[in-house]
Amino acid sequence: MRGRYWVPLIYIIFLLLPIYWLLNMSFKTTNEILGGFSLWPHSFTIDNYRIIFTDPTWYNGYIASIEYVVINTVLSVAAALPAAYAFSRYRFLGDKHLFFWLLTNRMAPPAVFALPFYQLYSAVGLFDTPLAVALAHTLFNIPLAVWILEGFMSGVPKELDETAYVDGYSFWRFFFRIFVPTIAAGIGVACFFCFMFSWVELLLAKTLTSVAAKPIAALMTKTASTSGYQLGLLAAAGSLTLIPGAVVIYFVRNYIAKGFALGRV
Amino acid sequence: MMANIGLQDLRHSYLPNPVADADWALKRLTIDWADGGAYALLGPSGCGKTTLLNIISGLIKPTEGRILFDGRDVTDASPEERNIAQVFQFPVIYDTMTVHDNLAFPLRNRGVGKREVEKRVREVAAMLELDTMLGQRAAGLTADGKQKISLGRGLARSDVNVIMFDEPLTVIDPHLKWVLRSKLKELHQRTRRTMIYVTHDQTEALTFADQVVVMNEGEIVQTGTPIDLFERPQHTFVGHFIGSPGMNVLPCEVAGGKAMFAGLPVESANAAAYRGNGGRLELGVRPEFVSFAESGIPIEVVKVLDVGRHRIVETSHAGFIIKMLVPEDKPIPVGAAHVRFAEDRTRIYRDGWMVT
Amino acid sequence: MNKLTNQRAWWFVLPVVLLVAFNAIIPLMTVVNYSVQESFGENMFFWSGVRWFEEVLRSERFHSALWRQILFTGIILVIEVPLGLAIALAMPRKGPWVSVCLVLMALPLLIPWNVVGAMWNIMALPDIGLLGRGLNALGFTYNYTRQPFAAWFTVVLMDVWHWTSLVVLLCYAGLVSIPDAYYQAAKIDAARPWAVFRYIQLPKLKYVLTIAILLRFMDSFMIYTEVVVLTGGGPGNSTTFLSIDLVKTALGQFDLGPAAAMSLIYFLIILLFSWLFYTLMMRNEAR
Repeated sequence: MRGRYWVPLIYIIFLLLPIYWLLNMSFKTTNEILGGFSLWPHSFTIDNYRIIFTDPTWYNGYIASIEYVVINTVLSVAAALPAAYAFSRYRFLGDKHLFFWLLTNRMAPPAVFALPFYQLYSAVGLFDTPLAVALAHTLFNIPLAVWILEGFMSGVPKELDETAYVDGYSFWRFFFRIFVPTIAAGIGVACFFCFMFSWVELLLAKTLTSVAAKPIAALMTKTASTSGYQLGLLAAAGSLTLIPGAVVIYFVRNYIAKGFALGRV
Repeated sequence: MMANIGLQDLRHSYLPNPVADADWALKRLTIDWADGGAYALLGPSGCGKTTLLNIISGLIKPTEGRILFDGRDVTDASPEERNIAQVFQFPVIYDTMTVHDNLAFPLRNRGVGKREVEKRVREVAAMLELDTMLGQRAAGLTADGKQKISLGRGLARSDVNVIMFDEPLTVIDPHLKWVLRSKLKELHQRTRRTMIYVTHDQTEALTFADQVVVMNEGEIVQTGTPIDLFERPQHTFVGHFIGSPGMNVLPCEVAGGKAMFAGLPVESANAAAYRGNGGRLELGVRPEFVSFAESGIPIEVVKVLDVGRHRIVETSHAGFIIKMLVPEDKPIPVGAAHVRFAEDRTRIYRDGWMVT
Repeated sequence: MNKLTNQRAWWFVLPVVLLVAFNAIIPLMTVVNYSVQESFGENMFFWSGVRWFEEVLRSERFHSALWRQILFTGIILVIEVPLGLAIALAMPRKGPWVSVCLVLMALPLLIPWNVVGAMWNIMALPDIGLLGRGLNALGFTYNYTRQPFAAWFTVVLMDVWHWTSLVVLLCYAGLVSIPDAYYQAAKIDAARPWAVFRYIQLPKLKYVLTIAILLRFMDSFMIYTEVVVLTGGGPGNSTTFLSIDLVKTALGQFDLGPAAAMSLIYFLIILLFSWLFYTLMMRNEAR
């Protein structure tokens, strides 16, 4: 193996260490964890996982998280598609300023919006619903989706549009039958990043929910503080949150380099 | 310092375990190129010419065979060890450096002394008309300027065995192409370095090279001077590919030493050489050598294309298209007429290859 | 691309504008509203102009949080960008291992931020965590819940673990987009590896490096969840960065005025850098 390949190898080992430790903890009983230090579970148990899979409070947390992430991704990408098309193909009054304004929202600190969002979503009666979190996340994800999609769309020559019109396509038929398939990779990349940012964000997800739509992330922090340190359970819950991410990465593995290549993260 | 380049029994495949003929990008090749010549590798996309170029420069190691520079086996040598220079399809320059430093770069890397470096850089810059731009950042030049820098890096070195060009005019503006082409020819005359020029454009190849190697599907089809290739194409592919429009290739038969096209006898240069051993027989004659006549092959004039100094006339007989080149002062009959083929320019081909 | 001027395009951007405006403008108006008023009890508001802004800008607490934030962002940039670049340079450019590497490296990026914090929390526990036990076994006295330096060390290490991959992926994408011909020409020119890096790779990576630096700058400036779960901002307030300070202020006080003013100042700082980001990017793309 070439000498320099040690570098990524060591880095990957470094990345996997905390994950291994988390998994290690998840298969131990809390007693064993607190009692001593061991590199692998001496009294291997799947109790922690059993609790999560059987206790509705826990698994509903996962369902709630997936719910708002999916709603958010669909919403963000759907709204972004026509907007990106407009930015890519047309010049219109205020277009550059609008684009810049959109980008600034990607840079908005969630901390600044936590309390105002709480008030806003309570006022419109959406507090404690997955829709609230999904909508709140569009603040960051829509600009991102527009940015990514516009990049891909600008790579498609206008001649395609014009040919379609000459051939008698109506705009919407052209858009869905011809244009969207052409930028399928871009839509994939946009969905990936929307999923990513929505899945990992906690502050807003926690602020906008209380019981019914509480995401798994918030449940974990609640457990840590109220019922004392149930480390094993916490570790199991955490381990399970790795799965959606891993699955998504696996599916887009061939496009990861391409998506980042567009430089539009 | 120029070298004889020899390729012996070269074969190359990009696949780890090639089996079928189609798996080989280059099928068995043996060539010898003499010192100081201007050569062109001409062929359509995918014929293997870039692969061959990269094998000669050492960027690819061939699956089989040897490469010899002046009798020395360089098959395992790296590009630097072979002392070659290469100009790529798009300008490859060091953006952050000035034009001067770009040209000096290969010299400095080889430890050439400062005084010598300056001398050579100025010499080469003058040859390429870059001397007024030496202080400019290379990134700011136009595409043709950048290609000149690429070329200059090769010319600046005194130890270069061969300079290779891989379709270097691809990104150059059409109206500048001929300027650069003439420049390359002039540089070859002046420096007498061995130059190998790869292209799919016959004009580039035929105007630059003393010797052209025509390739198709990984094989060398014919090697010769531009005139040879034009007047005596040894393969129907060469006849077809070279010339605009290419040679007429018509199916025929040979009986008793005489060629027959669509039931009519045709005089040809080599029908007598046919040994009657089967194969697909074709008759090749260039449009330049087809003329109207009182008698001969009856045809219908189908289309006339006026391209200025001559007209390309499409005629048809028994369902076959025969193209002719008619000078602007000669009349073109309308409707039905007769044509004849110049005997010494009409040849019979068997399975594509000229019958000898 | 030659764009047609067409005001009908506004209909296309309308959904996006409505959604983002709903989420951005209304809350911001609320914040501005609070920031210029003083409240005494349930619904009594008095105009106070720039009083809260002055108070925040003069407050020792805000300054400390700001300096801590700047120090933190500075440290992680200095570590993550060169490290990410080095790893990207060392990675294989072709072959079966490439996707494996990329997938494994992307993993930390998709872990919910509180789980990241929790993972490191557990890892760093002095007696029973891998890192904590390990460091203590090596002779250090390490306890991140009590020692500010240890807390900083752990927070920085966590962030490096979490986000370096972003830099790696960006730089790697930039590297593989360099056509082979450049490397071939360098071979022919007998260039040494350092020259290849300096004259070919680095110039071509300028764009992605700019993005990487600015993205990390922005995101690290807003860091909240991971740090809160790991250290809670402590010990004391030694790892209380801007976002954390803001939330503490907002939750801890009766009057939302100071928090609102701080929010706006915070946002303005970020906006300044957004604008910088945007301008630099547009200039790069115009090339």
